[in-house]
Amino acid sequence: MAQYAVLIYANDSADATTEELAAHQRYADEMVNSGAMVAAFGLEPAGTATSMRGDVVTDGPFVDTKEVVAGFYVIEARDLDAALEIAGRNPALRQGGGVEVRPVRGGFVTPPTR
Amino acid sequence: MTGPAEVQAAVADAHRRGWALVLAATVRVTRDLDLAEECVQEAYAAALVAWTRDGVPRNPTGWLTLTARRRAIDALRRERVLRTKLPLLVLPEETADGFVEDAMRDTLVEQAEDAVPDDRLRLIFMCCHPALAREAQMALTLRLVCGVPTGDIARAFLVSETTMAARLTRAKKKISTARIPYRVPRAAELPARLDAVLGVIYLLFTLGHTAPAGPPLLRADLVDRAVHLTRVLRELMPDEPEVRGLLALLLVTDARRATRVDEDGRLLRLEEQDRSRWDRAALAEARDLLVDCLRGGRPGRYVLQAAIASAYAEAPTFAQTDWQGILSLYDQLLSVWPSPVVALNRTVAVARVYGPARALAEVEQLESNGRLAGYHYLPAVKADLLRRLGRTDQAALAYRQALELTRNDAERRFLADRLAGLTGPAAHDDGTG
Repeated sequence: MAQYAVLIYANDSADATTEELAAHQRYADEMVNSGAMVAAFGLEPAGTATSMRGDVVTDGPFVDTKEVVAGFYVIEARDLDAALEIAGRNPALRQGGGVEVRPVRGGFVTPPTR
Repeated sequence: MTGPAEVQAAVADAHRRGWALVLAATVRVTRDLDLAEECVQEAYAAALVAWTRDGVPRNPTGWLTLTARRRAIDALRRERVLRTKLPLLVLPEETADGFVEDAMRDTLVEQAEDAVPDDRLRLIFMCCHPALAREAQMALTLRLVCGVPTGDIARAFLVSETTMAARLTRAKKKISTARIPYRVPRAAELPARLDAVLGVIYLLFTLGHTAPAGPPLLRADLVDRAVHLTRVLRELMPDEPEVRGLLALLLVTDARRATRVDEDGRLLRLEEQDRSRWDRAALAEARDLLVDCLRGGRPGRYVLQAAIASAYAEAPTFAQTDWQGILSLYDQLLSVWPSPVVALNRTVAVARVYGPARALAEVEQLESNGRLAGYHYLPAVKADLLRRLGRTDQAALAYRQALELTRNDAERRFLADRLAGLTGPAAHDDGTG
């Protein structure tokens, strides 16, 4: 098995509808139940981002585009086809956004300290 | 002892016919494309020596496969510890585990030469995986499936050998790092994935048929490779109508190879070509391939393209072409493949059935929606229609636009001749027809 990061791209608006959020929740539950989910992170809107390039600190996301990274999953799959099958069910694909699937080289998670 | 010329010919033949089979079977053992390529190359080199000494074996491909796999197993033993860190290719479920262990225990080496597994489809589908860029798919297919040397691929794509080598390395790295699996897609994925494979082969054919730039109109080797690949695919997937359709399309198109240019390398229009020199055997084979495909169900893109090409080629003379039939095939094609290029080609049939004025209106509509901007055949088709309508000045302007966009030398000469001919006495030679 291998791990893939699924970067979720969406239109940068803070106001997702309740139905949209519910679709994402159902999809996440599905992945947890199937055992594919390794980690999941939702991000605050890109307006809250701060970017650094060389010595320069700027307001906003690193790449200024209509779609921004709204969150990401790490999933486990046996190969790319299996990963694409899982990522292809992401509700973002039917909400005007999309996903990028990238093999994970390595990593670990530490919960935030209080 | 066998004569050196005979052995060289046998090895060259085994390379052309057997490369994909030998490599595909070796990849299973190595699970690493570079190592597999290396072992296969060594096996072909060893064949030159061994076949000279012992004679050409009864099953050359089987001999080469066993030799390549033996080398792979030796290499794996030497590097076993070192290689555990490398990402290996993902093998299908039924063989993934235990296969390499079997290889290490030598059970594979004991196999008869006839018992070699045919993994060519896995290899083809891996090379044409949609996670790879189209250019990488084409280069990988030529390198891994056809065994074409990197330098030759570089020349076909008009890039340096270093650039091509880097492109191949990047593609292979993506295959192993992203774990693009070494297997035939499941039934649900198959139509889309097969379409990608057919697209790659068709592009390779086109690249050989009309070189994008420079003097050689026809790069026979690429054309032959594409036809051979389609034949292999047909042998492996005999029930896929679109595979048969693609083979028919390539055969019909290539049947006119000898007549596309005159002795001076000047491009000839269909009506100027000597039909008696077309490859009748290829046309007949294409016709046979198409018969069943057109009968059953909703024909796909390649079947319909082949049917159109075949209808052009089957007419005893250009004047006797079944334009109405071709137009109705174009209508079907446009419904399964709504491409602006198809819509443009369709206007050629529209001009024959309804006259050039109606065709011109359709071309202008295509021009105004902008999806064919920069496509040199659009002004070329437009120029021809304007010429036939006697609108010489506008025709000249369109020919100049077409010339600006055309890179192929033979096509450039054709357009320049047409432009020059506009002012001559034969400007309206063929009237509306």
